[in-house]
Amino acid sequence: MTARSLRGMAAATLAGALAITAAACSNPGATGAGSAAQDSAVVGIAYEPETLSPLLGYGKDGNSKIFDGLLAFDDDLRLKPALAVALPEVSADGLTYTYTLRKGVTFSDGKPFTAKDVVFTYRTILDKKTNNASKTELDALEDVKAVGDDTVVFTLKYPYAPFAQRTVLAIAPEHIAAGQDVNSGPFTTRPIGTGPYVLTDWSKGEKISFKANPHYWGGAPQVKKFTMAIIKDDDVRATRLRSGDLDGAILPPNLAKGFTNDKAKKTYAAKTYDYRLVTLPTHNRVAGDTAVRRALDIAVDRQAMVDKILEGAGKPAYGPVPTGSEWFTKGTERPHDLAKAKKILDDAGWKPGPDGIRVKDGVRAAFPLWYLSGDKLRQDHALAYASDAKKAGIEIKTQAGTWEVIEPRMKHDAVLAGGGSPGDPDFDQYLLLKSSLGGDGFNNMAWYDNPAVDKALDDGRTTDDKTARKAAYDTVQRELVKNPGYTFLTHIDHLYVVSDKWSGLSTQVEPHDHGLASGPWWNVEDWIPKDAKK
Amino acid sequence: MTRRVPWAAMARMAGRRALFAVPVLLAVTFGVFAVAAASPFDPVKAYAGTAGLTASQDNLDQLRANLGVDQPLVSRWWHWLGSAVTGDLGDSSVMRQPVADVIAERIGWSALLAGAAFAVAIVLGTALGVLAARRQGGWLDRSVTSAAYTLEAAPAFWLGLLAIWFFALKLGVLPAGGLTDTASDTVTFGQVASHLVLPALVLGVSQLPWFFLYVRQGVADALDEDPVRGARARGLNERTVLLGHALRSGMLPMLTLIGSRVPELITGALLVESVFSWPGIAAATVQAATSVDFPLLAALTVLATAAVLLGNLLSDLLYGLADPRVGFDG
Repeated sequence: MTARSLRGMAAATLAGALAITAAACSNPGATGAGSAAQDSAVVGIAYEPETLSPLLGYGKDGNSKIFDGLLAFDDDLRLKPALAVALPEVSADGLTYTYTLRKGVTFSDGKPFTAKDVVFTYRTILDKKTNNASKTELDALEDVKAVGDDTVVFTLKYPYAPFAQRTVLAIAPEHIAAGQDVNSGPFTTRPIGTGPYVLTDWSKGEKISFKANPHYWGGAPQVKKFTMAIIKDDDVRATRLRSGDLDGAILPPNLAKGFTNDKAKKTYAAKTYDYRLVTLPTHNRVAGDTAVRRALDIAVDRQAMVDKILEGAGKPAYGPVPTGSEWFTKGTERPHDLAKAKKILDDAGWKPGPDGIRVKDGVRAAFPLWYLSGDKLRQDHALAYASDAKKAGIEIKTQAGTWEVIEPRMKHDAVLAGGGSPGDPDFDQYLLLKSSLGGDGFNNMAWYDNPAVDKALDDGRTTDDKTARKAAYDTVQRELVKNPGYTFLTHIDHLYVVSDKWSGLSTQVEPHDHGLASGPWWNVEDWIPKDAKK
Repeated sequence: MTRRVPWAAMARMAGRRALFAVPVLLAVTFGVFAVAAASPFDPVKAYAGTAGLTASQDNLDQLRANLGVDQPLVSRWWHWLGSAVTGDLGDSSVMRQPVADVIAERIGWSALLAGAAFAVAIVLGTALGVLAARRQGGWLDRSVTSAAYTLEAAPAFWLGLLAIWFFALKLGVLPAGGLTDTASDTVTFGQVASHLVLPALVLGVSQLPWFFLYVRQGVADALDEDPVRGARARGLNERTVLLGHALRSGMLPMLTLIGSRVPELITGALLVESVFSWPGIAAATVQAATSVDFPLLAALTVLATAAVLLGNLLSDLLYGLADPRVGFDG
C-alpha cells in the first residue's frame, strides 16, 4: 500500500521542485550577449560600487564607463571638456559657472542628451529625499538652470574655486530616471548613460560586464567587451591572474612582486594621494600636547615604513599633499631625528619615569592607537609607529577594532586612518583640518583646532587666484609642522599587473578610495589591442 | 492493499499548521528587527559605504531619516508589517532595489542549488546506507561510517574552501565560483552546470552523513526483523529482500529527517553561497545582515521560516501516509 503512494508523492515533490527551479532561471541583471574574445578584457578589482546610479553617488569623480560628466580628467588630472564643449566660463565674483553643451550626443538608448538632463541630475542629487552620501561635495551649489537646450548655468552660495572639478560628476538621463524611485528604481542597477560603455550585466558581488557603445560621441572603443570581476581576497585575485582567467588586477606589493619575471605582463605603479596617518586627538591630554605631537612627528621613521612595509612602493608623507605634487610646500620635509624628539620632550617637561615612559604633572605619556581589524597594512603601520614612539619614551598601545568600535572613541583615542583625494587640495584638507568639522562624521577625526589653518583653508577655497591659493596651502602645511595634529606616515602606491596585450595604458594620480574608476583601466576606452597573433 | 489517500485529514493538518504559522512568523520578524536594532552595525554607515567617511553629519542624519532607521524599533516593525501584509515588502537599502525584485532574481538559483544538494545527499546517502547495512562491519561500512562522523563535524564553509583549493586551484578542473565564467555574460546551460558542481557537491556532502547514518541504521534494523527473515525463507533473491523489504521499512525515519534537515540546509546554503559567490538569496541574507538592511532581512527570514515550517509539514504528511498509525493529528 504505502510504498506506491509514497513513491508517487516523492516523484511529484521532486517534479514540482524542478519546475519551480527551471521557471526561475534568469541571471540577476543579465541582459545582453557576449562578443568575440580577441578584443575583450577582464580585470580583477577589490571593491564594487554600492550603486551604478549617478544620482546616488556613482561616477562622481569621473571614469564611470557608463556615463560622462560635463568635464573629465586627463592622465595628469587636468580638466578637459566632455559633455561640455569647453571649460566653463566663470563670472568675476566666482559665483556663476556657465557651460556650453556638446551637440548631437545621445544616450545609449538613442534619446538625445540636453541641458535638461544636467539640471535634473544636479537637482535630484541635492534633493533631501535622495539618499546620496556624497551630497556634501556639492555643498557650494545653490542652483542650476538650463538656458535653451545647450547651455547650463550653475549658481554658487559662496565662491568655491575648485567647483569645476566637481562637474566631472556623471550625468543621468532625465527621461529614464525621472519617472522612478530615485533610491531603488531599476535605474540604480540597470543604468543608461552617454558613456563609452554600456552595462550588460551586474551580478552583485561577482562581476560587472560592459560592452562598447558603438555610437559613443568620442569614437567607439576598440576593447569591445570589458568585464570587472569583484574579488575581495588578494591571493585569489593573484591566482586567477596567473591562471589566465583575468587580464589584469590590483595587487598588494608582495603579490605583485611575483609577476616581475612574467614577460607577458606589465606592472603599473600608480602615484596616489592615499595617505596613512595617526590622528592625535586634541582632547587627549597626551596626544593633544604640542610637544608630544612634534616629538612624535620626527621620532617616526617614515623611510623605514616605505622600505619595509610597502616594499618601496610608496613615499614618506609629511602632510596630506604628496611630495611630488605641485601643491607640496618645499622645505616641510622632516627627517627622522630621535635625539631632537627626546630634546623637545625634555624641554617641555616630559621627564622619563622609572619604566622609561615619560611623565609630566602626573600624566603618563601613553595613549591607545586603534586600527581597523583585518587591515594588514594599517596594522603594520600602527605597530611600527608604536615601536618608534617607544624609543622616544611614549607608550602607544595598539588595538584592533571595527569602525563600530572605533568611532565612539575617536574623540579621545588615536586612530590609524587613511584618506586622500587628488585634484584640488581643498577636497581633503578642508574636511581633515577645519576646526568646525571636528567630530562631524569621520571628518577632522582628531578635532584639530588651529585658527591659522582655519583661515588659510577658507582663503584657499574662496579665491580663484592660483598664487594666492598656493600661499594659503603653504600656510596650512607650515602650520602642520609647528603643530602636527596628525602624524602623516606614508603615501602608498597602488600596484596593478596587466597582460601586455594593449597599448595606450597609463595611470592617473589616484585617491585613497580606489574602486573601479582607478587603475590602468581608467581609460580602457582608449586602449588599442596590440597586433594579436594568437 | 491500496488505501485511499486521506486528503481531508491532510488538508485539516495543513490548515492547522498554517494557523499556527502566523504567530510564529510574527514573533520571528519581531525578533529579527530587535536583534538587528541591537547589533553594533549602523545601517546608515553600511548604506553610505566609503562616501560615508567624508560625508557631513547633516548628510548622514538626512540619510538616517530617509531610510527610516531613526524610528523606534516597534514602530518600524509595525510599519513594515503593515506594508508587508498588503504585499509591499519595501526597498532593500543595500541592493538599492525593491525587496521583491531581489528575491525574484535570486530565489531560483538558490532553489536550484539547494535542490541539487538535497538530491545528492538523499541519493548518495541512501545508496551508501544500503550498501553499508548489507555488510555491517565490512570495509565499506567502516570507512564510510567514520567519514560520515568526520563530515558531521566539518563546517560547510571549510569544506567549500577545501574544495576550491583542490578542484579549482590545484587541479584546475572546475570553476572556483560564480554562476558563469568571468568573461561570459550569457547564462548557458553548460556554464551553469559546470559552476553548479562544486557548491552543490559541498552542500550535499555536508548534509550526507545524516541521511547515510539514518538509512544505514534503519536498513540494518529491518534486516533483522521478521518480514525480512520471512522473505528470505520464501527464497526471494537478495536484491528484492534488500530493496523491497528492508529499504522500504528502513526509509521511514528518513522521512522525518527530510523535514528536520531544512534549517540545516538553509544555514549551510548561507555559507556555501558566500564562499562560491553564488547569486542566490542566501548570499543576499548575509549582506542584508551585515548591512542591517531591515526590509530585506525580515523578508528573507520570513522566507526561511516558512521553508522550515513547510519542510516539517511535508515530512509529517509523508510520515502519516507511510505509517497510518501516526495519523494527521499533529
